[in-house]
Amino acid sequence: MTEFVIQSEQAYAKVWNKARKRQRLHSFLKGLLFLLPSILLFSVFLFYPLAKTIYLSFYLTDASGATTVYVGLENYKQLFISPIFQKSLEVTFLFVVYTVPGTIVISLFLALLANEKLKGIGIFRTIFSSTMGISVAAASVFWMFLFHPTIGWLNQMLATFGVDSIGWLTDPDWALFSVSISTIWMNIGFTFLILLGGLQSIDRYLYESADIDGAGYFYKLRRITIPMLSPTLFFVITVSFINAFQTFGQVDMLTRGGPQNETNVIVYSIYQEAFMNYKHGAASAQAIILFILILLLTFIQFKLGERKVHYQ
Amino acid sequence: MSHIEMENLKKTYDHQQNVLDGINLEISEGEFFVLVGPSGSGKSTLLRMIAGLEEISGGLLKMNGNVVNHLRPKERNLSMVFQNYALYPHLTVEQNILFGLHARKVSKSEQKKRLMETAEMMGLGDLLKRKPKQLSGGQRQRVALARAVVSQAPICLMDEPLSNLDAKLRAHMRMEIKRLQQQLGLTLVYVTHDQVEAMTMGDRIMVLHDGEIQQVGDPITLYNEPANLFVASFIGSPKINLTRAKVQDNQLYITDELKIPLRDTFLPKKELIVGIRAEHIQHATDETATHELEVITVEHLGNETSITFSVGNDYWTAKWIGQWQLKAGDKVKVSLTEEYLSFFDPVTEELIQPARVHAKEDEVVAI
Amino acid sequence: MRMPIYQKLTFYALLVVSAFLVFAPAIIALSMSFMSNQEIMMGNWLPSSLTLDNYVHVLENSRLLHFFINSLIVSLVIMLGQLTLSSLSAYAFVFINFKGRDLLFFIFIATMMVPFEASIIPNFQTIRDLGWMNTYSGLTIPFFAMAFGTFLLRQSFKQIPKELKEASEIAGIGDWKFFLTVVLPMAKSSIVTLGVYGFLTSWNMYLWPLLATTDDTTRTVQIGLRQLQSQEQLNDWGMIMAGAIIVVLPTLILLFLGQKKLQQGLAEGALK
Repeated sequence: MTEFVIQSEQAYAKVWNKARKRQRLHSFLKGLLFLLPSILLFSVFLFYPLAKTIYLSFYLTDASGATTVYVGLENYKQLFISPIFQKSLEVTFLFVVYTVPGTIVISLFLALLANEKLKGIGIFRTIFSSTMGISVAAASVFWMFLFHPTIGWLNQMLATFGVDSIGWLTDPDWALFSVSISTIWMNIGFTFLILLGGLQSIDRYLYESADIDGAGYFYKLRRITIPMLSPTLFFVITVSFINAFQTFGQVDMLTRGGPQNETNVIVYSIYQEAFMNYKHGAASAQAIILFILILLLTFIQFKLGERKVHYQ
Repeated sequence: MSHIEMENLKKTYDHQQNVLDGINLEISEGEFFVLVGPSGSGKSTLLRMIAGLEEISGGLLKMNGNVVNHLRPKERNLSMVFQNYALYPHLTVEQNILFGLHARKVSKSEQKKRLMETAEMMGLGDLLKRKPKQLSGGQRQRVALARAVVSQAPICLMDEPLSNLDAKLRAHMRMEIKRLQQQLGLTLVYVTHDQVEAMTMGDRIMVLHDGEIQQVGDPITLYNEPANLFVASFIGSPKINLTRAKVQDNQLYITDELKIPLRDTFLPKKELIVGIRAEHIQHATDETATHELEVITVEHLGNETSITFSVGNDYWTAKWIGQWQLKAGDKVKVSLTEEYLSFFDPVTEELIQPARVHAKEDEVVAI
Repeated sequence: MRMPIYQKLTFYALLVVSAFLVFAPAIIALSMSFMSNQEIMMGNWLPSSLTLDNYVHVLENSRLLHFFINSLIVSLVIMLGQLTLSSLSAYAFVFINFKGRDLLFFIFIATMMVPFEASIIPNFQTIRDLGWMNTYSGLTIPFFAMAFGTFLLRQSFKQIPKELKEASEIAGIGDWKFFLTVVLPMAKSSIVTLGVYGFLTSWNMYLWPLLATTDDTTRTVQIGLRQLQSQEQLNDWGMIMAGAIIVVLPTLILLFLGQKKLQQGLAEGALK
């Protein structure tokens, strides 16, 4: 054996390099193996469809969704002169404006309340987070009744104050507002839960030292809570924006996009175009616009947030 | 057979050159070898290279004469004890000890036999069913050791295993680890930043600084003949007293007033750095006194007293047996003679000449 | 610090009022599910007597129970699929060192930017062409890969001291065994959190089951509710509410049990 034992570094270099390469290849393959299921599914159900959507958006399609004629940017051009799509964009933006600030403000208020160390606070926390466990379909059923023109609670309450009843879901002036109200309610649970988590991770000592200085509740709120919570707030604002852009279920349940397209938000519009009118090409163009909108939004928020958010 | 050789071993990272620069070393079978150095010296990196957890950038690592650079950790047949013990928190002590044996395909009956032996040796018999969380720091440490013992690997690596324990327990575990190593005949490579651990446990010590070997030797040699200023000040507590000095007309001028005559010492340099250990600044009677020094502070340790003197722009610390009632500003008579001094080159910082008389002979005198 | 009593009272008052407002739609629905239709039409606020007729009615006259079981199967399968895939990829991102790992992680994170709606049309075509319409596969498999889950578990795996991995490398324990016997048990809490989250979101899924089911075989409870609502012409409110209550019961119970964990887990995954 002794003759074959490699003793000099030069002679050994070859063997060693080979072994090193083999080990690196080995861990590379092992890493890929662990990631393979996810990569595979992401490819089939995310990357491929994304590319396919872009591809489809340049074509006309038949009823089965197969491409027929290449039309270039025609689908996009049509969209931007289509009054229905413009309405849909407008509705979507209005919907965002109605729901995002409302959700954040109400959830923050609830989270601040529920962050106090009081007896029985656990029950309140559970109640505030409960809407997270209520599905869009069930929540829509609840609100459908509240919005009911004759027996619904909202109109009954108005009646007790002598106010005329409102066509919550049927009046074009009110429908989007009503859907927004129900959406805020549905989103409170999740947003509240995240904000409460953020509040609870703020170091207690910060408050104790402020107490020693004799700071009041609102001073502490402005100077400690909000700055320390800013990363969490930033996160929930981003998520709320994205969620608002992706809203579908409550529109489908409550108004089917009506009346007069007043609640025809972009995802509902995509759904109708693709699966009711079987125009996969035109619907794909809309989907790409939605994708770009969300991408831009995330990007802008990130750029803005980077500067303003206070990270520990 | 379990000796380790390193030939010109190197470690470089992309962003940092020469984390370890050309380490040549031989660790023989059954030796307790300590790697000591301040944090960032590269000692843990070297240990992890031996373990195979860190890739070797250059040079050869041999075990029993065979190059093992390319072998994976499990193929090197060694065990390792980590600073944080690396116990699996969701497993019981027994499962923790046996965890690695499953992988080594040790038979069930053999596992059981080894578990019993090890548990008895480490005094863990009553704790086998407990989870790490339910153990004290010292018990956790023992489980970590048991895991190394049970593997029966001939080489054991330890990375600062005692630094999470309090001082009392640490002293006790030092002894226990030493006993274990001797009992099992392990080749033990032990990393620490604590020179006391290094001195008390090691058969041989390697002092590492900035990725380079400063000195390798047995504890007493390192203490008595430190190869350079770094080793001199790193080894020994309190720290060796170091002062710049000049040689003129067979006199060593530590300050203009404080001079020591040189009779038997020939020094090639005009300027040098003088080192003297705390125990070599000796109290003197009127007859034996060579100098008088001013006391700055006094610390009582019970059985001995540590006294700081002002010497020129430096402070020197002396350590005297017994309790000395002194106070700041007192002038004390001491004896400072050339045979207790070590001399270092001020430029290269290398040792020129070690002290000729050492603590050992001193103690004999004391008795 | 002790709170002055008036401040305490203010907090309790605000809490009670907010709790009532937040819970009102659900309470009203619950109360209605016990009322007869006559009572509902009269605009009563509370049931005069607790009747379970609505529940019996909805279970007998619709296929809600069948949909309920479908939803249970779909949600459980998605949950398990997500846990498996997320934990496998999180393990690779934390414990296996290989070239291109950072790039892959970046790609994973980037997938969070792609809204499901942007790929829903081709996905629908894929499912249809695979013959997966009205099958559990079609309803579940597209949701197995999950960037958020991977991210959340990666955070949790990173808490595991790397010495544990090194110790097992020295002992010769392979990645697979380390994953199964050390990493998964140690990250149990995060896995439960992710499981609860996955179950909740799958149970409440709406758009995809609407597209991927054309008959009752694998239709989920949410779409069942949609059917119930549109078929009944909004007349039998008591029965619809009973159906809605049945639909939200499992998720509400899950949420009540796991609220604390979910809150910690989600905050962790979201912010680190």
